[in-house]
Amino acid sequence: MASKSEEKIILAPVHFPKEILSRHLFETLETIFKRPVYIASPKLDLHPFFDPARDQYQSTAILKHFIKTTPRGESKICLLVKEDLFIPVLTFVFGEAHMYGQFAIVSSHRLREQFYMREENLKLLEQRLLKEIVHELGHTFGLVHCMDDRCVMHNSYTVEDTDHKNVYPCEVCFAKLDEVL
Amino acid sequence: MNENVKILIVDDELIVRESMKGWLEEDGYHVEVAETAEAALGMIGEKEFDMAFVDIKMPGIDGIELLKRLKDQYSTIDVVMMTAYASVDNAVEAMKVGAYDYLTKPFDPDYVSMMVRKIIARRQLEQENVRLKENIETALKHVHIIGESPAIKAILKQVEEVAVSDTSVLIGGESGTGKEMVARAIHYASPRRFEPLVVVSCGALPEGLVESELFGYERGAFTGAFYKKKGKFEAANGGTLFLDEIGELNAKMQVDLLRVLQEREITRIGSNKSIKVDFRVLAASNRNLKEMVEEGTFREDLFYRLNVFNIHVPPLRERVEDIPLLVEYFISMLRRQTGKQVEGITAQALNKLKQHGWPGNVRELQNAVERAFVTAKGKLITTEELAFLAPEKIPVVTSPSLSLAEIEKMHIENVLKECDYNISMGAKVLGIDRTTLYNKMKKYGIEK
Ligand SMILES: [Zn+2]
Ligand SMILES: [Zn+2]
Repeated sequence: MASKSEEKIILAPVHFPKEILSRHLFETLETIFKRPVYIASPKLDLHPFFDPARDQYQSTAILKHFIKTTPRGESKICLLVKEDLFIPVLTFVFGEAHMYGQFAIVSSHRLREQFYMREENLKLLEQRLLKEIVHELGHTFGLVHCMDDRCVMHNSYTVEDTDHKNVYPCEVCFAKLDEVL
Repeated sequence: MNENVKILIVDDELIVRESMKGWLEEDGYHVEVAETAEAALGMIGEKEFDMAFVDIKMPGIDGIELLKRLKDQYSTIDVVMMTAYASVDNAVEAMKVGAYDYLTKPFDPDYVSMMVRKIIARRQLEQENVRLKENIETALKHVHIIGESPAIKAILKQVEEVAVSDTSVLIGGESGTGKEMVARAIHYASPRRFEPLVVVSCGALPEGLVESELFGYERGAFTGAFYKKKGKFEAANGGTLFLDEIGELNAKMQVDLLRVLQEREITRIGSNKSIKVDFRVLAASNRNLKEMVEEGTFREDLFYRLNVFNIHVPPLRERVEDIPLLVEYFISMLRRQTGKQVEGITAQALNKLKQHGWPGNVRELQNAVERAFVTAKGKLITTEELAFLAPEKIPVVTSPSLSLAEIEKMHIENVLKECDYNISMGAKVLGIDRTTLYNKMKKYGIEK
């Protein structure tokens, strides 16, 4: 598990409940991406990215702003937010990432059971969050969407898709990841 | 294969260009952007783009005019028009000039991805056969049907043969042999691979919810129906419906299913509008459906509709030569998922695995390797970690005087004993879900 010391993953919760980020979540990320995972709370004001007409926050703009204000490095940084995200052409997104880039963002908004008028389930939320984080980070390592609906790199359009897939990449995607790690 | 697909986005708004490029790149496509129609024309003149997303309202040459010129000079490119406001006039004009489709921002993410896949599928169909072989190979890489035995080779040949058509396929074989893998292979090698594969485990559907799960419902159709919900039949539209454990379907649902297959339309609960559905059906069962038909517990007409093509997946004990490859695959998967450095298995331990009877087939083998992997102390799994596999299996005596229920009870007890009464593992080996196992344990009074 040798990795250069500066190559790490940083989870960056923004007004986001850190309790949900369990030991298990960190360990799973470390195993898959073979590097240490840290947590850091960036100062980031999301208000400028709120679109009142849509009652949502624009994820592309958030990422863009965050990149401008963050020094370049080798770490992958994944922002975690509670707010509902969209990109201008789409009704919503669970998250967004830059292919082969350094940055990603994941929202818990549509991963919560309450959003679907069902009873809160923290265990399930953690599981979904973990899958979406692995997925978006996977993009930053150059993985594209996978046709295997059990693979974490399969694209989720609904939370049912997320529940259906595994936390891990499939054999094919793992092999691609091996090439870049 | 997606990186061969070239998409051009033409929009004067930077944020639209950037976000759409990012979104489509996640699907693996090659995406370029142009700020104006003039720039787009220059780019299309130099590179063979497969499709273009074009904003209608742009300064200079507008979207409709660009569409006209593209259709005139580069007619093979598929053009999708985008607009911020739905305007029927614009849409009608765009379609008349030859646009592939017309989108009003914002779009649903699945809708756009689906549309792109449909366009690709259609374009590929036009240059078919060249790509077909390649697609099947890619598909098979993704479904992990592992083995080099004649039996496995024969199955892969059957999959290839049947994938291209729309034929219904019935997949038979014992629990744990990998029937679902075969279904997935057929779907991913078929022309419907860009559409959803919807899996229904008929045995796991909770009684009373079967109908709403399959047919969907309208908001307010019953207490608790806060939202309207698509059922499995509707979700499979365009794609493949895989009915696992089809033998568990009750009599009423057999009738309902047959009707759907015949009429190709469904009605949501609480609605009186029928919806056309188009999907391919694959079914699997570990029970002998032919016998069930003779007993009268499975409808004959439904059986013949499903059993147009038949694939039998042999039990693991009939393809012992595949065990080393399977074990190697499971170990490599586990190593990646856990980070634990177990690199293989000793020859002796492998012998032990080859000699075991594997009543639970590949699934049981996988569980055994998992268990051994977790307890392994060195770089190799040894016979010590496999001690839980009884050396001589006590043959299950199935006297002809026993009823089916008695045999079921005995088998469940045996499997549970073997799994140390771990319900999840027991259910996995038996090929049923945990609830079903609990119910059966209650029914037969089986306790730890
Ligand atoms: Zn994959
Ligand atoms: Zn993605």
